[in-house]
Amino acid sequence: MKRYNMLLVYSAFFLITVVPSWLGLYTQYIQFVLTLIGINIVLTISLNLINGYMGEFSVGHAAFMGVGAYVASLITVRLFADSNFFGAPLLSPGLAVIGFPLALVIGGIAAALFSLLVAIPSFRTRGDYLAIITLAVNFIFKSVIENINAIGGPRGFMGMGRVTSAMEDVIQLPWVMVWAFILVVVTITVVRNFVSSTLGKGIIAIREDEIASELMTVDTRRLKVITFMLGCGLAGAAGGLHGHALSFISPSGYFILQSTIMLVMVYLGGMGSISGSVISAIGFTILLELLRPLKLFRWVAIPLLLILLMLFRPTGIMGNRELADIFPRLRKYFTSAEEIIADGSATN
Amino acid sequence: MTLDSFLQNFLNAMQLGSYLALIAVGYTMVYGVLLLINFAHGDIFMVGAYVGYFIGTFLLNRFDVQLPFDLPSWVVIPVTVILTMAITALVGVTLERVAYRPLRNRGAHRLYLVITALSAGLFLEYINLASLGARDRQFPELIKKQIYPLGGVSVTNIQIMVILVSFSVMGLLWFIVQRTRWGMAMRAISYDRLAVPLMGVSVDKVIVTTFVIGSSMAALAGVMYGTAYPILRFDMGLLVGWRAFIAAVVGGIGSIRGAMLGGYLMGFTQIFVTAFLPSTFRDLITFTVFLLILSVRPTGLFGVARRTKV
Repeated sequence: MKRYNMLLVYSAFFLITVVPSWLGLYTQYIQFVLTLIGINIVLTISLNLINGYMGEFSVGHAAFMGVGAYVASLITVRLFADSNFFGAPLLSPGLAVIGFPLALVIGGIAAALFSLLVAIPSFRTRGDYLAIITLAVNFIFKSVIENINAIGGPRGFMGMGRVTSAMEDVIQLPWVMVWAFILVVVTITVVRNFVSSTLGKGIIAIREDEIASELMTVDTRRLKVITFMLGCGLAGAAGGLHGHALSFISPSGYFILQSTIMLVMVYLGGMGSISGSVISAIGFTILLELLRPLKLFRWVAIPLLLILLMLFRPTGIMGNRELADIFPRLRKYFTSAEEIIADGSATN
Repeated sequence: MTLDSFLQNFLNAMQLGSYLALIAVGYTMVYGVLLLINFAHGDIFMVGAYVGYFIGTFLLNRFDVQLPFDLPSWVVIPVTVILTMAITALVGVTLERVAYRPLRNRGAHRLYLVITALSAGLFLEYINLASLGARDRQFPELIKKQIYPLGGVSVTNIQIMVILVSFSVMGLLWFIVQRTRWGMAMRAISYDRLAVPLMGVSVDKVIVTTFVIGSSMAALAGVMYGTAYPILRFDMGLLVGWRAFIAAVVGGIGSIRGAMLGGYLMGFTQIFVTAFLPSTFRDLITFTVFLLILSVRPTGLFGVARRTKV
């Protein structure tokens, strides 16, 4: 039987999202929502790594997203755009095509380094301390940005729109969406491989029983720091995309509400399930857009949804299973090369 | 800094610390019996302030719907305070009954309770914003503000009242926790939650009592906060309550005297930072200082590390 792989799924999604946007079949609004879905998938998976797979409780994920958003946006605007904040660009705007992904990577690295500040003190103890410290960090992040007037302070920072239009002048492509798509693919691949690697088995062991896993020679502290940095780094890169998709960022946009939205998406999808995260990020982003006519009541509906979810189905849509666990038939079509070899040697 | 301005700041810090300590006590008591960070508690404080606003304004005849007679202020103040505490306690208990208890009875993981608490807080906040609008509310003047100059320091009657009331309420709380049967049950639950129901103590009743005490203290803090700073905002639970939460953690969550100390410590940091630096640096410095304390003493000042037996 012919076997398919993830490449085919990605290509199919590429065909229904990026290609029609490039051909101009979708309106600006639909393109924006599609980009947002991509960003939310990355954010949800990155938080799921920390809260779902590792079983810790981070409530200030928006701070790391915000660090990435600010770092990436400051870099691109300084280098490639004419702005009110920094004046003329340092480099030719056309180079943004190369510079934009680099800025995203730097944003991710900055967020990962920032997360190290949190990780080192908080993983000394178990329990709710990560929640408390990430919460405090979210306050600190907002307060720091509000105090830097050179980047707009509480009024926010803008100018990323010029960067994206500079990129579109070089080659006509929905650049932010393309990179969002690439980041989704990278995130899914990296996290999927990470969780099934020896390191990743270690974090699941930490979730199940930290003391037992430590006795089984899992280096819990190192592993927690690595996982936290990976999760926050991915969130930072997604934040960079978020800044460019909105072309406006402000410190209050990366505060408790944004953190809660990410938590909702993780728990809606199911802790420790990548396919659940993808499904819930897609569904929730669309739901948020559909609820737009409710105006302020939208923000009443979201926490209510989470409360009801906790009351009636606390495991989320998928629990900690993947699509392939629910529909075993899928496994036949989507096995990786290694598994095929393993299956083959087992049957022979 | 001169002595006068030091004393003035000291007084302001005591006032701010009083609210924070009252709210922090609520966080810490719920944590003591339930091991739950009740993230909604800051918003219970907000509910208290708004309930106080509606009752106070109504009793002072400032609404369209009016009482047929005017009430003297010595009636209005206690009635407002007691009614507000009762209604807010009801909100707190409802939250416990509707959201927390079903989860607890099912034996759900503690994490799910924390998420429920977090969303309950946001729910309260945004239902307020959506139903009452984004307009700031002016808290009614329950007590006429009087300023007594003492040398270079100006003392208001509200400041004295706030500090005295919170000290006496915390004294009362200490009495309840240390000297009554209910207090003994609370302490017993936080000591060993498995043995307590075996001794014939109804855990649910103790938990409800804890929520009543915690919420009514938050309501008291809300009314006093409204009297001192009469502008009410929908996100005041976030702005004031979460600081109180961090204060409770730094004091050592689960410890009542830790929460009181943490509250005053937070008040002092916030006021004395603004005495030297622009007020925008307040949160930055405060939270950084508190994070440093936590990284040196992860269990907080009075917290006891729980040992895990293998």
